[in-house]
Formats: sequence, structure tokens, C-alpha cells
Amino acid sequence: MLVRFFTELRAAGVPVTVPEFLTLLEALKERVAWLSAEDFYYLARTCLVKDERHFDRFDRAFAVHFKGAERLFERFVAEVPKEWLEAAVSRALTEEEKRQIESLGGWEKLLETLRRRLAEQRERHEGGDRWIGTGGTSPFGSRGYNPEGVRIGAGGGNRSAVKVWERREYRNFDDTVELGTRNIKLALRRLRRFAREGAAEELDLEGTIDATARNAGLLDVKLVPERHNAIKVLLFLDVGGSMDAHVRVCEELFSAARSEFKHLEHFYFHNFLYEHVWRDNRRRHTELTPTLHILRKYPPDYRVIVVGDATMSPYEITLAGGSIEHWNEEPGAVWMQRLCAAFPHLVWLNPEPQERWEYTPSIRITREIIGDRMFPLTLGGLDRAIDALKRGTTAGQQAASAPGEEERPA
Amino acid sequence: MQQRFTGTSRYVATPDLMLAVNAAITLGRPLLIKGEPGTGKTQLAQEIAHALERPLFEWHIKSTSKAQQGLYEYDAVSRLRDSQLGDPRARDIANYIVKGKLWEAFESDVQPVLLIDEIDKADIEFPNDLLRELDRMEFYVYETRELVKAKHRPIIVITSNNEKELPDAFLRRCFFHYIRFPDAETMTRIVEVHFPGLKRELLAEALAAFYRVREMPGLRKKPSTSELLDWIKLLVAEDVPPEALRSDDPKKSLPPLYGALLKNEQDVHLFEQLVFLHRRSR
Repeated sequence: MLVRFFTELRAAGVPVTVPEFLTLLEALKERVAWLSAEDFYYLARTCLVKDERHFDRFDRAFAVHFKGAERLFERFVAEVPKEWLEAAVSRALTEEEKRQIESLGGWEKLLETLRRRLAEQRERHEGGDRWIGTGGTSPFGSRGYNPEGVRIGAGGGNRSAVKVWERREYRNFDDTVELGTRNIKLALRRLRRFAREGAAEELDLEGTIDATARNAGLLDVKLVPERHNAIKVLLFLDVGGSMDAHVRVCEELFSAARSEFKHLEHFYFHNFLYEHVWRDNRRRHTELTPTLHILRKYPPDYRVIVVGDATMSPYEITLAGGSIEHWNEEPGAVWMQRLCAAFPHLVWLNPEPQERWEYTPSIRITREIIGDRMFPLTLGGLDRAIDALKRGTTAGQQAASAPGEEERPA
Repeated sequence: MQQRFTGTSRYVATPDLMLAVNAAITLGRPLLIKGEPGTGKTQLAQEIAHALERPLFEWHIKSTSKAQQGLYEYDAVSRLRDSQLGDPRARDIANYIVKGKLWEAFESDVQPVLLIDEIDKADIEFPNDLLRELDRMEFYVYETRELVKAKHRPIIVITSNNEKELPDAFLRRCFFHYIRFPDAETMTRIVEVHFPGLKRELLAEALAAFYRVREMPGLRKKPSTSELLDWIKLLVAEDVPPEALRSDDPKKSLPPLYGALLKNEQDVHLFEQLVFLHRRSR
């Protein structure tokens, strides 16, 4: 049972495994959730989904799957004994509320409304957990329709069970959406972890003492790999123009990167990389850094992250003199190729939505230059970018590096 | 029938949280809790122990914690010292095995609650090193060749602040619950639990002001439940009248004692700037 639900979850991109699914069945057998769609939903979620980023996908898959099975429940509703409802209601209400009900038209009318409402609700939602169908001969249990439900029903504004998953409150946690400083830090931290691996060995003082003590006092020297905690990053940020719309997310990325990497150098450029970049936007016209210096100064083990929307006129990339701000002797594409050649570990983060990339010629050109290393500036994109930075050179980059190497001045 | 957790007089649990806790208790699996800082993740374990009247073992994880420390540690250095001083205790290695929190929990005579707090602070391999222990609830002490088995499967609550991704193999063995930021209705209940005598209007105004602050775009650290509780404590202590909290326009004025809500100076600046701009534009 529920196997189709399981496969549908997997198809929806929720990484569910067989043991987790068996756990859910075990929990159902133990009656952890019983006769309530809402409980079942919570139980299934707590068993099957282990990351809040997947909650939204789960909600959608759940809604789709349990929509089809609604009708099974209609007949149960039709057979609800009136006495049962009455008992449940009188237990739940205070004296004052009972008086209120009298004023609204009395028991009979209220219960009639209630019954109608329940029937409506069944038809509308009750995402038909079939497992209830197999076991549920009893009238819906007190937990399925709790006294509180009655009270709310009388007051209007019913908070129905199904809405819990139809509300889609977890949309924000899906990792395809944009990010906040904290999320960025988490993603960048993965790069730092990589940096800890190293080849050189150093004396492990604690380990040596420990081993010596275990050895009853005979010296036993232990060595450990050195902690190579020095990942070095060059960050190039596009400013102004079309980037104004993305200023916030870039700011967040920048502040996160600043706190995560000890060796971080940042430079700004406008629209595309040319012979000059600058470090301080207020003094961008007076204090320029020649790009050539950067290529020469920083060793190739620096990781390069370029952040820009790459959205401009194609001429700004491909032609000499194409820049909108100054006369550039060489086209931006050449400078970009040089950068790729000098730093094998390079990614481009693009805040533009990925769907639009195909339709923007300048983005296509940029991707041709840097190889397949442009990633959307979302959490998922950042993750993949960090992976690419770890891996280093990709096939696309090799092609771009050949001409760059020749042109690179000695 | 097993005991069910339904929240306590000090702790308001939402239905989904209750279900997750009860599922974890029934099936004897660890429960992994995530959520915004200040939503009561750590407190949950304490309240479960309190509600079900179980002993609580707390294991707080630091960046230097090793999984082994939760099981036991072999104090080799003091054994060396003792042996050099000729102490007869040094002959028996068992004298130098120091029990960890997990071992203590395993030895408890009634089913205990074990809190593994902030598991994401530890090394990336930490959760993997605990897989077998959490699965089988047993481990082997090599020094004394002894198998330690749990007398009763402890109720294990693990909290994480999401600083590191946890390994899949570990996640598969846990139940998972994400504590959402409470909605206004739940928040009212939480505040009433903490400040029973609070004047209703003050509470309503305070909550409204609180959510206005939370909804301000651009805040670096949004105030959370624990900050709200602190703030209300201050309001009550200072005897601020409800009228002082009321403002038709959220951006017109700073709420009194806002230092309890905003924890970083950029946020306070942002707030003050907005207030200033709005005053001027009137």
C-alpha cells in the first residue's frame, strides 16, 4: 500500500528511500496517526522528508496523490450517527457557548449545519488516505473531527485539514529560490571544508601524548595532515546599470564571502571585464587596478567567482571600443579568456533567472567564453558553483585557455 | 498505550510537533529538530522529559566534539601518571574509562530522554560515527572488551541549526521536524503560557508591534520567539501602557525598548532611517 505514493514522491524529486518508507508503514501499524488526514500528513512528512527544502515538493506531491481518493470517504460521512455528534459537541462546549448556540437557532439546526459542513468538506478535500479506508469502520474518530472543529465551524472561518499541505508554507525553503546571507555562508562554507585537506604533515601533539601514554611512557610520535585552511578567492562584482536590481543579493553574497574566507580579494567592474577593474566604487575613476596586475599577482590556485548578470549589448563583449564607459583597446572577450587561462578555478554567478539566459545573446556569448560554468545565483546554483570550483578545470575551460595562454604577457 | 506528549504548561507544542515527537517515541527513533534560532528547539527535549517524567541527559556539541566522547573516554594520561607513582589502581584499565552521556543514558533504569544539542556544530563525520550506536543502541568498549547495551531505548532529540548538511545515512535513521515560526495565534498562546497575568490589550498591541517589526524588509536578524518573550518581560517591568505601542503606521515610530527585539546595529539603523524618512515625508 501507498507504494504509488512512494514512487510519485521520488518522481517529484523528494529523495525518499525504502527504509524510510518502511518506517512510515511501521508507524501506521503502531497507530501513531489514526483517522485523521492531517495527522497522516504530518506523520508522512516527519518520516519521509529530512530537509525543509523538500517540504514544498512533498506538499505538492501529497496534494496530487491524495486528490484522487476523496470519494471513498463520502459514504462514511453520510452514516455519521447524530448522537455521536451531539455527544462530541456537548463535551467540547462551555456553558456560555451552549447558550450562544441556543440563540443561533438551537442544537438541531447547528448539528444540521455541522453535518452538512462535514459532508461538504469530505467532498472537497479529505485527501483520501486509503489506509484509513482499510481500517476505518468506526465513525470518524474524535481526533479526526475534534471538538475544536465544531467550535470553529460554528464561528465560521474553518481551518480545514487539507489546507495544511495546500498552503505551501515551505516554498521559501526550496533551494531553487534566492538566498539570504546565512544560506550563502552555509554554501560557501563547503568550499572551506575542502580547503582543510592537505598533503603536508605536522606533529600531532595531542595524539603523540596520547599514544605515548598508551605506550607506557615510550615516545610514539604521531603526525597528521596539515590543516590547509587557506582557500583563496578573487571576487569580481558587476556594479551599476542592469545590476541595480540585484544589488541586495550581491551585497549578501559579498558580506557572506567576507566572513567566510580569510583570503578574499574583491574587484568591481561595469558590465564586462576590461583592462581595468577597481576596488572602491567611490574612487572608481581615480584608483584603477589594471587587470594585467591581477593576472600576474595572484597565483593560479586562487578561486575566481565572477558575479554579474552578463546582460548587455553583445558588442560590449566582442568588439574593441565596445565598452559603454571608455575606449577599450581590446574586446572584453579577450580579457575574459585571459582570466580563465590564468585561473583554472573559475565560476560565474548570474542573478538573472536561468530561464532568461537562452534569450539573452550576451549571456550566451559569455557562456561560450567561460565554458559551462555559469550558475544562477540561487542556493542550488551556488552549491553547484562551489562543486565546480572544487573540481577545477572543465572541458569548456580548456578550449578557452589555449588562445589566452599565448596572449598572456610574460 | 504509550505515554503521549502533548506539550506542557510552559511549552506550547503545535499538532505537527506533537505528532513528530510521539512518532519518534513510539518507534524509538531519534528525532531531528531544525528551525529558526529561538523557536525552542533545545527546550523541547527538556519539556518532553518534564512532561513524561523521564531523566534528561544533555549532550551539548561543540566544534571540537567527537562522537567517541559521547560513548566513553580512556583517560590514558592519568593512568600513566598513576602507574609512575606506583598506584595499584593503574593495573585495572576499567578505572580509567570515563563514561560519556550516551553511556549514562544507556544505563538509565527508566527510559530516559537524551538531547544531542546542535549536532551541526561538530565535525562533518560526527553523525556518521554515531550511526550504529543510534541504530542498535549499543557500542563496544575496546579497552575492557565490554558490550554496552541500552537498558531502554532512550528518546533521542537532536537539534541542528543547519550550519552543516547532515549525511544522508544519518538522516534516514531519524524522524525530522522543522519548527516553523509560530503564527500570531500560536504566539498568543506562547506568550500567555509565559506571562499569564498579562493585560490582554497590552499583549495584542505588543504582538502586533512585534509582527510589524518582523515584516520589515531588509532586517538581518529577524526577532524570534525568545526575543519577543524578553521584550514583553521588559515592557511589563517598565509598565509601558498599551497605547505607547499603538501606531497606525508601522514605520512612524520605534517601539519602546526595541533593543530587545533588534540585535544588530545595522538593523537598528535601518529602522531609525525608515522612521526618520516617514516623519519627514508627512
